[in-house]
Amino acid sequence: MPSMRGNRHFIRRPHQEKDISACGIIGFINRDGTRVSGDAIIRSIANMHDRGNGLGGGFAAYGIYPEHADAYALHIMYDDERAIAETEALIRNTLETEHAETIPVHPNGTVTEYPEFRRYFCHAPDVEERDADEYMVRLVMRINAKIEGAYVVSSGRNMGAFKGVGFPEDLAEFFCLQEYEAYLWTAHNRFPTNTPGWWGGAHPFTLLDWSIVHNGEISSYGINRRYLESFGYACTLMTDTEVVAYIFDLLVRRHGLSFEQAATVMAPPFWQDIDRMPPDEAAEATALRQTYASAALNGPFAFLFGYNGGLIGLNDRVKLRPLVVAERGDTVYMASEESAIRVVSPDLDTLFYPVAGQPVIARLYSETAEKTSVAHGGTVHGN
Amino acid sequence: MEYYEEPNARVALGLRRPEPGDWYHGYPEYHVERDDDKCIRCLVCVRQCPYDCTFYDPYRHGVYNVHENCVNCRRCEFMCPTSAIRMTKWGAGFRDNDNWKQKTIRTVYKQADSGAVSLTGLGNDREYVSYFDRMVIDASQVTNPSIDPLREPMELRAYIGKKPERHTNPPEVYPNLKAELPVIFAPMSFGAISFNFQRGLAMAAKEAGTYFNTGEGGLHPDLRQYGDHAIVQIASGRFGVSLDYLSNAAACEIKIGQGAKPGIGGHLPGEKVTWDVSRTRMIPEGSDALSPAPQHDIYSIEDLRLLIYGLKEATEYTRPVSVKIAAVHNVAAIASGIVRAGADIVVVDGFRGGTGAAPAVIRDHVGIPVEVALAQVDQRLREEGIRHQASLIAAGGIRSSADVIKGLALGADAFYIGTAAMVAVGCTACQQCHRGRCSWGITTNRPDLAPRLQPEVAAERLTNLLHGWAHEIKEMLGMMGLNSIESLRGNRLKLRGVGMTQVELDTLGIQQAGL
Ligand code: SF4
Ligand code: SF4
Ligand code: SF4
Repeated sequence: MPSMRGNRHFIRRPHQEKDISACGIIGFINRDGTRVSGDAIIRSIANMHDRGNGLGGGFAAYGIYPEHADAYALHIMYDDERAIAETEALIRNTLETEHAETIPVHPNGTVTEYPEFRRYFCHAPDVEERDADEYMVRLVMRINAKIEGAYVVSSGRNMGAFKGVGFPEDLAEFFCLQEYEAYLWTAHNRFPTNTPGWWGGAHPFTLLDWSIVHNGEISSYGINRRYLESFGYACTLMTDTEVVAYIFDLLVRRHGLSFEQAATVMAPPFWQDIDRMPPDEAAEATALRQTYASAALNGPFAFLFGYNGGLIGLNDRVKLRPLVVAERGDTVYMASEESAIRVVSPDLDTLFYPVAGQPVIARLYSETAEKTSVAHGGTVHGN
Repeated sequence: MEYYEEPNARVALGLRRPEPGDWYHGYPEYHVERDDDKCIRCLVCVRQCPYDCTFYDPYRHGVYNVHENCVNCRRCEFMCPTSAIRMTKWGAGFRDNDNWKQKTIRTVYKQADSGAVSLTGLGNDREYVSYFDRMVIDASQVTNPSIDPLREPMELRAYIGKKPERHTNPPEVYPNLKAELPVIFAPMSFGAISFNFQRGLAMAAKEAGTYFNTGEGGLHPDLRQYGDHAIVQIASGRFGVSLDYLSNAAACEIKIGQGAKPGIGGHLPGEKVTWDVSRTRMIPEGSDALSPAPQHDIYSIEDLRLLIYGLKEATEYTRPVSVKIAAVHNVAAIASGIVRAGADIVVVDGFRGGTGAAPAVIRDHVGIPVEVALAQVDQRLREEGIRHQASLIAAGGIRSSADVIKGLALGADAFYIGTAAMVAVGCTACQQCHRGRCSWGITTNRPDLAPRLQPEVAAERLTNLLHGWAHEIKEMLGMMGLNSIESLRGNRLKLRGVGMTQVELDTLGIQQAGL
């Protein structure tokens, strides 16, 4: 275990302060479910090398564990043996493990010191399907909050996140991502402005099969966090992204809102626009804004939200961070820069810049009634 | 000559002392300096002074003052066409003594003279710490862009009232006030203030898309047309309360307490109860309007619930019901009880709030600052998961748009401004409101004084004030990288404290500057 030399800590968060960072993001989905290797996403994110500073990168991949498709795939990083022992004891006591192994890694480039990575394919025993997710969420939160030196990187079914400190292309090689095949990939290149060395602070941030890569700074963080705390969420990571994930969880999983409604909450239309909407629409938008005023995300952001069924891109409501969307055949790309898309798919059917505050939702065909373009508003041009 | 009929003028012509035994007036505080070269004997200052301290002496053909009576309202100085008047302090005052200051000594004299409670007006004027002045605001630099309010939309609209905990289909809808900026005119009753001022408040509220609060004095029939912008109060005296009063208004407010005088009721002296005041309050002309200290049907929280729901029933659940309390030691627990009792709005009125009349000892020593009260109430309601059930209005001590920004970040939904509104229309903070002869026509209904303030002028000045604040609030939001007040509300990371102890910082829920 080369990572555990000396007293380096990779997991303990460095500051009481909110983490500030800026970044490059890219994601794509093959809506027909075709799985492809990590090669394309690596080339894409490497093309945005200068949007990061080598202090953080990460990937989320969906469909990578078909042989354990029904199990929750726990990716966990560890600082030391004690954390491993403690966590594995907890997993033994609370879950049924179908398979467990070390995540293969290959140190290189900027990634020379690192924590230990393991994965566990588990089922929640004696818990009804409906409650299994909640059970897992609590367990993950318990590990992250209570076990020092252990951090759950991802916990969804048939998906996994890989992240750490380094440039994303080096991390991809480190995690051997060329060897995984996924129908949905997202990636993140990070430019943190404070203390480096915190592997947990890299993106994506995940909650079950939900993953978020995010470029931005949420200026409303202070109130978003207090709001979430009143619903029992403990924001321990001090990152904006964590807050985005929990708001999704609250709105979609706990309050039953659609992704579209959740987007309206997070990037709400201006009152001046609401006042001009047809009465029904205005009533709904007003109700959402009133009810979830403290969940609105204010400040510059663009994020990609991945889940087993699709990929969602959302910008803040005045579009202070870049986001471009393109389609080619069954594939939908969303990225900070057009070049990151063109480098892997030079010819595109459509390319557009989404309207500020309006989500772009690309679902698997198996999740939708018809095959339609994701394009809306914005400037759409074919190629 | 009529000037000889003025008792103080006679006194001044003959004796220096107003009366033997009146030690309070024996030592003047202020000196009305008049440059005799500049004075053209127009007698404006004589006619303008309501405090019997300026008179004309035909034998000397000169204008003179009984300085002992002067309250430094600055009306004569303001009105003199030749700038002949300059207000100064009178001499050395008493021997320097930080413990026995001029004010302290004079108050003892006054009480020894009269044997009465020392009354005063306006708000607490003591040197307590101002937490507003010890909080500083954040701004965006590099990692996130500031937003330019002249180029981008900037939202100040506030919905005030209960919100559902979660969205449903169809949505639960509760009656809310919709204010285009989170600033509302504080409760000031007709009788305590002039009709013209209240009308100006109503007109400005309508113009700016916000609200005015009637205070406990009822709603004058001529202001009924402003009902959509009126919050009507139901206080312990129940003055002017009728079904029409309740259902014509935008919201009803139960007044439990007032920051300037927690625990005691209102007092409107009989001489202020003119015919117009009497019909609006539904009390006999010339009678003292004394509100009981408590609401006599509210001796506990369950009684409050009955009144809240009584008002909701009366208005058929179409109006939010507010409950206003003074900020006192246990305010967080009290506010929580009020929310659980069904209030849609809780107003927390800090100890710097103004009053038309209060015993000085209470005004100056009772209650707590609104900043800490607000921080604690917001935090408690969040901890109990009931913050969405009511909006929080902070009152008592809001002087500027900066106070509004800081209060928003601490967690308030909106603010009441009373003293600031009075100052906007001319108040010089002379603290004589209780005497009913405000020289600016604000807190008086004396027929010779009240017309000094014209409603249109008041409305224009108040609207200007709100516009000015709105612009400043937008600038400050943009500077923080926010474009909506709801993202600042309760966002305490936007504040830092300077010169406070850790306990103070913790009470406010903010961090030390530099961290
Ligand atoms: S108002 Fe001025 S000019 Fe007129 S009498 Fe008074 S001091 Fe003289
Ligand atoms: S008008 Fe006011 S300032 Fe002037 S003398 Fe009278 S009390 Fe004093
Ligand atoms: S309202 Fe009038 S009496 Fe009261 S402090 Fe202001 S100027 Fe003086």
